[in-house]
Amino acid sequence: MKRSLFLSTALAVLSFGAAAHAETLRWALAGDALTLDPHAQNEGVTIMLQSQMIEPLVSRAPSGELEPTLATEWAVKADDPNVWVFKLREGVTFHDGATFDSEDVVFSMDRARSEASQMKGIIASVAEVRATGPYEVEIVTNGPNPILPASLTSIMILDKGWTEANNAVTVQNVAAGEVTFSSTNVNGTGPYMLVSREADARTVMRAYDGYWGKDAFPLAFDEVIFTPIQNASTRVAALLSGELDFIQDVPVQDIERVKATAGLKVESSPENRSVFFGLNVSDTLVAGNIDGKNPLADVRVRQAINMTINRDAIRDVVMRGQSVPAGIIMPPFVNGWTEELNAYPTPDMDAAKALLTEAGYPNGFPITVDCPNDRYINDEAICQATVGMLGQIGIQARLNATSKALFFPQVNAMETDFYMLGWGVPSYDSEYIFNFLYHTRDESYGSWNSTRYSNAELDAQIKAIAAEVDLPKRDALIAEMWETAKNDLAYIPVHHQVLNWAMKDTLAVTVDADNQARVKYFALN
Amino acid sequence: MIRRFEAFWQSDFGWKFRHSPMAILSALITVLLVGAAVLAPLIAPYNPFDSSSLNLMNGFSAPMVPNAFTGDVFLLGTDDQGRDVFSTILYGLRVSLFVGVLAVLFGLVLGVTLGLIAGYAGGRVDGFIMRVADIQLTFPAILVAMLIFGIAKGIIAPQYRDQMAIWVLIIAIGLSDWVPFARVVRGATMVEKNRDYVQAARLIGRKPMAIMVLHILPNVLNPILVIATISLALAIIAEATLSFLGVGAPPTQPSLGTLIRIGQTFLFSGEWWILLFPAATLLALALAVNSLGDWLRDALNPRLK
Repeated sequence: MKRSLFLSTALAVLSFGAAAHAETLRWALAGDALTLDPHAQNEGVTIMLQSQMIEPLVSRAPSGELEPTLATEWAVKADDPNVWVFKLREGVTFHDGATFDSEDVVFSMDRARSEASQMKGIIASVAEVRATGPYEVEIVTNGPNPILPASLTSIMILDKGWTEANNAVTVQNVAAGEVTFSSTNVNGTGPYMLVSREADARTVMRAYDGYWGKDAFPLAFDEVIFTPIQNASTRVAALLSGELDFIQDVPVQDIERVKATAGLKVESSPENRSVFFGLNVSDTLVAGNIDGKNPLADVRVRQAINMTINRDAIRDVVMRGQSVPAGIIMPPFVNGWTEELNAYPTPDMDAAKALLTEAGYPNGFPITVDCPNDRYINDEAICQATVGMLGQIGIQARLNATSKALFFPQVNAMETDFYMLGWGVPSYDSEYIFNFLYHTRDESYGSWNSTRYSNAELDAQIKAIAAEVDLPKRDALIAEMWETAKNDLAYIPVHHQVLNWAMKDTLAVTVDADNQARVKYFALN
Repeated sequence: MIRRFEAFWQSDFGWKFRHSPMAILSALITVLLVGAAVLAPLIAPYNPFDSSSLNLMNGFSAPMVPNAFTGDVFLLGTDDQGRDVFSTILYGLRVSLFVGVLAVLFGLVLGVTLGLIAGYAGGRVDGFIMRVADIQLTFPAILVAMLIFGIAKGIIAPQYRDQMAIWVLIIAIGLSDWVPFARVVRGATMVEKNRDYVQAARLIGRKPMAIMVLHILPNVLNPILVIATISLALAIIAEATLSFLGVGAPPTQPSLGTLIRIGQTFLFSGEWWILLFPAATLLALALAVNSLGDWLRDALNPRLK
């Protein structure tokens, strides 16, 4: 009797122990976050890792809807269209116990708008951020900005006291190889706290007991171990052998195998990202002109290239069906997308050759295609296929495939004539694409426009849609701008990627179209 | 010619060859593979280096199975870009052998020159050259090659990189394997230089350069031949390793190593032919050359007579 009582107690303790037992999520993808400083790098993986620990005012739920996070409600001020009023969440604490209030928001927004911040382009329209109470802030914009809340989803809020006390007010300069306190430490309001981090090797996070959303989200995991594994086959092998629970980037050729493995599943969704080629459309080629001219400056040459790329073949063979061919560099989720705009030409080598001849290049011309080999799904293979297709109309293309660490600085410095790029649209609005990719490159606009494309009329329209509050009128303007962009072909669209997240089948996860996995939404079944 | 071959066949050396099945087999495989590489443009059904001739829709065709889209049949299948694996292996062999042979020649000339100078001059010159050799030996050869490759990539303008890649590979691998040549030649030179014939040459007033090249060098050729053969196998593997790591031959001109790198990403998905055939070819080539070198070492070793 005694013995069985002891046994049942032990069993009860054990089962209780099992229920409360720390659930660990072992998670991998190809690359690591570049820094922990939330305002230093506007890059997907970096923001994703940070967002487990630090939060913005407004975030986007996996369904794509805007969701109150550190702000509970927001509205344009009744008597001033240039001001947005945000009510902040009360009772939120940072990981070190400090209370969250409007001071932190003003501080973080100012930091995100500071000179060294890479986030300043996203909130370029903001003129002033002021606290109007401990839990209320007003954001003043230069002219009305109807889409301001959507652009705040990647602006993270830091604790003012902590940042100042640790001399981390200045944003880290990643390009200069700087290491600062804020690039290696985190104090946010998010569901997970940083335990340890070894860059490019392993980041460990633990659930934060004082998280405000404890009852609002599944929060199935107490511990998260994030390990970047660059080699695709190693990553898949680790998942198959049970060393990992979740990998975010299954190579397309391994999807079937993962699906066929007992205990594993693959969840898919089209990604909010387009992959395309950017062409140098200025008068001079970086690699030196051909007969004193840049062939790519001639729109007929660009049309010929557009006609040559066999997007269906890339989808069927290189991507094994895991892509949606594109006729425009805008993912289907984005405001402004239409089926007609997305129509892409059927490959027609004869017509393309005729266009080249008309433009004065019957025998083609040499060009170097610059391409990353570790950024987008099968990036190098797509470029290789493109080089072959260009060869079929006589363009002697050469492939220069390098790691993203070399490739992105090269593109940013405009040292390329023909390059691959992928662009996601976190604001789900066309303005984000026009602002960064089509506007003439200057201090605050066109920061990713390495095509040298410059159209004064389009530039004026880009500024106009940022301030237009009459939505039907704004949409009409956007449609007109896309017509221009599509005809000018500074970018040759290829496709929209399809996301494939592979995981243990005990996980209940909704694939986020932005490829931003947030562990707080993960549930176990 | 035939006479000469007969003389060789009847010689002591020839006898040893005839009585070593391993040597005959290795020589056969080597000749076969080298012949295939040299005649690649005649044998290969496609030119895999001409990307404009590729049809992407032919990608991932299995060996001898008609492609689902185009109906084309490929002897050893195709890779992810629709390149015929058989043709690519032939052309890849060319790249691998070309790089291997030239890299060994480069290492040989460098090593033999330095070894002769070190052995003949002795003293400080000898000390300096051999310390450099010692330092270099502490770095793994592949690391030295990668270092040189990295530096070259920084210096050469992007538009010339593809054409230069092969030459950089040759220099990188050659520079990483001159040490064994230098060591052996130095040792042999130190022995030879005190022999009477060298002293005699010196007495009649021949210049050191002439003594080294005309008198000493012919007498140290045997060990050089052995090292060169074994180095060739190592150089081919080094080239494959570099290309496998993605720093070697350009993706549009694949060598065996590049093919293996491409193939390994498709290992889990069932496209085994992209990896297996190039890997088997590399294995056969390296093994054949290596065992030929081994046999040569034994055959030329007077102590084993």
